[in-house]
Amino acid sequence: MHPAPSVIVFTVLSGLGFGFLAFLGAGVLAPVGVDAFLVFAVAYGFAVVGLVASTFHLGNPQRAWRAFTQWRTSWLSREGWASVATLLVMAPVALMAIFGAPPAAVPGLVGAVLALLTVFCTSMIYAQLKTVPRWNHWMTPALFMAFALTGGAMLAGQARLAVVLCLILALLMIANFAQGDGRFAARGSTMETATGLGRIGKVRLFEPPHTGTNYLMREMIHQVGRKHAQKLRVIAVLFAAVLPALVLLALPTGLPATVLAVALHLPGAFAARWLFFAEAEHVVGLYYGAR
Amino acid sequence: MTELPGSTKKKLGLVIDLDICVGCHACVTSCKGWNTENYGAPLSDMDAYGADPSGTFLNRVHSFEVQPAAGPAQTIHFPKSCLHCEDAPCVTVCPTGASYKRQEDGIVLVNESACIGCGLCAWACPYGARELDQAAGVMKKCTLCIDRIYNDNLPEVDRVPACVRTCPAGARHFGDLGDPDSPVSQLVADRGGMDLMPELGTKPVNKYLPPRPKDRAPAAPLTPIADVQATGIAGWLDRLLEKF
Repeated sequence: MHPAPSVIVFTVLSGLGFGFLAFLGAGVLAPVGVDAFLVFAVAYGFAVVGLVASTFHLGNPQRAWRAFTQWRTSWLSREGWASVATLLVMAPVALMAIFGAPPAAVPGLVGAVLALLTVFCTSMIYAQLKTVPRWNHWMTPALFMAFALTGGAMLAGQARLAVVLCLILALLMIANFAQGDGRFAARGSTMETATGLGRIGKVRLFEPPHTGTNYLMREMIHQVGRKHAQKLRVIAVLFAAVLPALVLLALPTGLPATVLAVALHLPGAFAARWLFFAEAEHVVGLYYGAR
Repeated sequence: MTELPGSTKKKLGLVIDLDICVGCHACVTSCKGWNTENYGAPLSDMDAYGADPSGTFLNRVHSFEVQPAAGPAQTIHFPKSCLHCEDAPCVTVCPTGASYKRQEDGIVLVNESACIGCGLCAWACPYGARELDQAAGVMKKCTLCIDRIYNDNLPEVDRVPACVRTCPAGARHFGDLGDPDSPVSQLVADRGGMDLMPELGTKPVNKYLPPRPKDRAPAAPLTPIADVQATGIAGWLDRLLEKF
């Protein structure tokens, strides 16, 4: 699949923002006044910048409001509702903290649940697709949740928890890389099933339908950079999980440790999300003799 | 609404005969022509006369080579467009309700004025039947020429999809696949019509008729037609060289 920058920025930043909001809602950090303003600004900033980025790949973004209508069947629509609900529910929580009112525990917890629900909905947009076997697995939502919680724990200054989550994230990433490689074959779609011609013999593309490229090929058949996949996998695991964990273990808990850990985590998360798209193979490639 | 109807009164669709298709791409051209001039946003081309042309098509013809276990390979031309699946994954993923499946005839359509061009339906389709038009920013797909098949202003012979009307070989058939007595259903039953990628559970309405078994030449290619014996000096050389 084409690793569109807007979608990578969207899933990484909004995941981090909603992960942080979940910790703020749960009350693990109880900032007051200016501190609260800054902390909530960071959380809302990541979440909103991510959501805005998601509209950049739309053909007609002016109609984006319509995406709220089909929550009964569409994970994309559910994600829209969950994200807006989270931002609205967390707004009074943030305001009360900024103006020094007693913490709002119940709305905060509701906001935390909604924040995690948003990340889950985002992941299900991809995990629901039978056409992309690498994504069509429970590990996809697990990975998205692990990224959100790990980044959120780092930002919330929960060093010990973040180290544990880093470990879980690293193991999940490695398991998903290893197990994901076999999912396309396990799905059983081949050029023979795609054309129904397997009953005659082995199928090979003789001539594509056109000499140039097309939307389908640009969008779903991405091979550029797959040759560096192994190196990028190592980079992703190192930066997203291993190095931040080492930093949090080595440095005393505080702003420098948090900033350094997040600064290492984010490039790793971007590399991982780039691979998430670039390595995903769509079954439509079978009609083009390519994956 | 992107909820799929429980059942549809009719299942309008195409039956494509892979035994007959000659790969002329006339269906591709007529589809592009009709659907550019009529219903919805035109099918745009990008850099049409430049170095890197590409464009939106609702129907494309692939050509495959199939190699049996024994005997020569076969070339099979393979037109592909929307299969109007009964369990259409493209419809349920749509966040805006722009994609829908009609209860009355089972046609899968896009309401272009509600489409935000997110592209998720194209990702959900295994068959590459949906293409996002780069000029209009909305999803385009086969409408089964909905503006022809119900169009009383056209002569009756033209009230079929443009691709079916234009096919010079008669490889494309249009009809109600939900009616077991319809000519298309009979054709599917007689010829063993098949689904594409049945393992994905989309239940396509369109069916493909597999190529009929080929006659096989009795001898393998390049077998000598007659066992010609060399005579004279050539014969002597032949016998001499056999000894080494």
